[in-house]
Amino acid sequence: MFTLEKRPNPSRFWTVATPVLAVVLTMIAGGIMFAMLGKDPVAAIRTIFWDPLFDPQFASYSRPQLLVKAGPLILIAIGLSLGFRAGIWNIGAEGQYIMGAIFGAAVGLAFYPDEHWFILPLMVLAGAFGGWLWAMIPAILRTRFRTNEILVSLLLVYVAQSILSSMALGALRNPEGGGFPGSRNLSQYPAAANLELVAGTGMHWGVVAAFMAVIAAYVLLQRHILGFHIRLAGQAPRAARFAGVNPDRLVLLCFGVSGALAGLAGLFEVAGPAGQISIDFASGYGFTAIIVAFLGRLNPIGILLAGLLMALTYIGGELAQFMLGLPSAAIQAFQGMLLFFLLAVDLLTNYRIRWAFGRAAG
Amino acid sequence: MTRPVLLTVEGLTKAYPGVVANSDVSFSIGAGEVHALLGENGAGKSTLVKMIYGLVKPDAGTMTLRGAPYAPPKPGVARAQGVAMVFQHFSLFDALDVAENVALGMEHPPKMGALAERIRAVSLEYGLPLDPVRLVGDLSAGERQRVEIIRCLLQDPKLLIMDEPTSVLTPQEVDILFQTLRKLASEGTAILYISHKLEEIRSLCDAATILRRGRVVATCTPRDKTARDLAEMMVGTVLTPPARSEKPKGRVLLEVTRLSVRSPSAFGTALKDISFSVHRGEILGIAGVAGNGQDELLLALSGELRSPGGSVKIDGEDMGDRGPNDRRRAGLVAAPEERLGHAAAPDMSLTENALLSGAERRGLVSGGFIDWAGTRAFAEEVVAAYDVRTPGVGVAARALSGGNLQKFVVGRELSQDPAVVVVNQPTWGVDASAAAAIRQALIDRAMNGAAVVVISQDLDELLEIADRFAALNGGRLSAPRPTQGLTVDQIGLMMGGAHGMEVAHHGA
Repeated sequence: MFTLEKRPNPSRFWTVATPVLAVVLTMIAGGIMFAMLGKDPVAAIRTIFWDPLFDPQFASYSRPQLLVKAGPLILIAIGLSLGFRAGIWNIGAEGQYIMGAIFGAAVGLAFYPDEHWFILPLMVLAGAFGGWLWAMIPAILRTRFRTNEILVSLLLVYVAQSILSSMALGALRNPEGGGFPGSRNLSQYPAAANLELVAGTGMHWGVVAAFMAVIAAYVLLQRHILGFHIRLAGQAPRAARFAGVNPDRLVLLCFGVSGALAGLAGLFEVAGPAGQISIDFASGYGFTAIIVAFLGRLNPIGILLAGLLMALTYIGGELAQFMLGLPSAAIQAFQGMLLFFLLAVDLLTNYRIRWAFGRAAG
Repeated sequence: MTRPVLLTVEGLTKAYPGVVANSDVSFSIGAGEVHALLGENGAGKSTLVKMIYGLVKPDAGTMTLRGAPYAPPKPGVARAQGVAMVFQHFSLFDALDVAENVALGMEHPPKMGALAERIRAVSLEYGLPLDPVRLVGDLSAGERQRVEIIRCLLQDPKLLIMDEPTSVLTPQEVDILFQTLRKLASEGTAILYISHKLEEIRSLCDAATILRRGRVVATCTPRDKTARDLAEMMVGTVLTPPARSEKPKGRVLLEVTRLSVRSPSAFGTALKDISFSVHRGEILGIAGVAGNGQDELLLALSGELRSPGGSVKIDGEDMGDRGPNDRRRAGLVAAPEERLGHAAAPDMSLTENALLSGAERRGLVSGGFIDWAGTRAFAEEVVAAYDVRTPGVGVAARALSGGNLQKFVVGRELSQDPAVVVVNQPTWGVDASAAAAIRQALIDRAMNGAAVVVISQDLDELLEIADRFAALNGGRLSAPRPTQGLTVDQIGLMMGGAHGMEVAHHGA
């Protein structure tokens, strides 16, 4: 038998080592699962983790996809992580992402077909504003009426999705689209397009914004009193009040930042990789980002790596589906294992495992 | 003595990683004996009784109950064999009534109506009147303790363990409790009484076992010893009371006028119409049984609870509707009772915890950015000046012992050159030498010109250091009186007497 013993201090070694251990365990358990499905486990793991980046045949397509997919995940997850650290639960980033895209796209489309240098910057502002506005609804309801922000922010996702459909079919529909739903393609409108900055890398403004958010969040949490208050509020709410933190102001701030960043992610997506407001624009980035935030243990650098890893399993998973004929459920189970093992081995950071033989050991 | 031996403990040893809680502890209790376990915090009293109650398994040693080997694997077995325990911290549910709370602790609870009848009967028999249908949330601390005691008495115990039972009681309530315990003892129930209050032990107990650092250092008959003898056996050194010199008082630094605020928690106590003022160089002691508004008063003074403008003035400046950091700027520092989670964040390092309340007055933040080097230096300064035992300022607050963390918390506040100091339970759960150091530091601060408010449930502490004395009772504050010449009876009445619990003990 073994017992768990709380460490007096969280282990620094395990904080860094657990994600690596979790990936290794996922590869082993996933490999066993793939073998049971009758596939070569080594080939499957290699297809997921290696081929998207280094296979001469696929890498030219897959490698840029890595940043395209990781960018919005990281940008949204950074914003969410601030709130999560403070015990403020914004589960509705998907809705803020959608609203950011709608606001930003609407500004861009309003100028069509004029060419001005300020159109894209204005769209960026509008996107952030749209996400911020949508996030303010649960935030203000919570601070004013003590509603549950988890529920309100989540339900607003479905409202946002309905607005998205209505926009794609109505106000923002392409007048020259022959009646098909969906807006004009912004990526083909040069003044509004968020194009690849360096050919073949997948790097667009959204990815740049994600990297900047990582750095800003890191500085905020390490060096700024606001970041200290965020951490304090999450760990010891009463101590935070003692330190002079106003809990309501913190809710507004965390929701505002995470909403604005999610809105930005939506704008960069609609003006770039997606290109247009369409019924199926929402692709779940806002929800996956919650996983990314926790995979990265709410640490900016961790989120950067987790976002890249998550993107890799998506791209690699797709590749494995059509190369090896793995069922998509197996890929999802594989991704689930990754989260499972990460959370499970997280225990080692705060606890020490003691193997006790009978009563004598200790 | 001729009493038959009830429980014998031989060579009990229990080690936790890094600390030996009990080492080769032996003693025995006779039926009907009131036996004291005396020792400082951390001397191993709690571990010892937890082993007797089956909560902790000893590493070595044996116990014998009524001549038979006794090794309870869990409290349920201990209870079945007639061992009951009243804990220092009550395990009651505020939202349930007395009978429901009692039923929750029973293996096979009878019907509610029958149980209520039995509670009523037993409580009257032992002079502890208690209404079974009242909500626990509405009871005073003394009445809550009665619920715990009656819960034990319903099991007809042969051995009753009481862990620091009087820390939540007024002097009058202590008298009632002692009469009950003497009655139980006269009926043959043995009582194992844990305390570090020496006068109580001298008046109540037949025998005492004194623990120091997990070992039995002495056994004695407490009545034959002076309190000072007992204290020195307990601590192992000669104690010196805190020193202070008289000094004329200066201007008013803290003025509270008709302060009324609601409690932030559902079963808290609202403050009602509180007025007092504290002068430069003065210590005001505020006594009261737990739950009479102490927490709320600290929050209202620290700024965590806002009040109408004009109700709190710091050095003449109106601060009623201002938050904690405005008040810190005005010169007020505060140290709440709860160390882990309120005064300090458990998982943060001492450096980060130094920033928590020191940022404002020590100028550790400029333009929003934290001066970590300065913060670390501040934390190191506190650790050095207040003799905080820690491997370094990088360790998490939760890794420190209670006494060391308390020295850090109090030291952190006192190192900010404050004009007004407010502390709640400054020495709760702190060993005697650390407590003496903290009291001396508070006195020194007052000598250096601060106005100090000490909220405490330890009357001896207040009488030792306070110039003036007041008591909180049901959210109201009695008029402050000079400490000199106050009698224990007067203090007890200021604290609310026996909270309407006098009744019974006819013929006792």
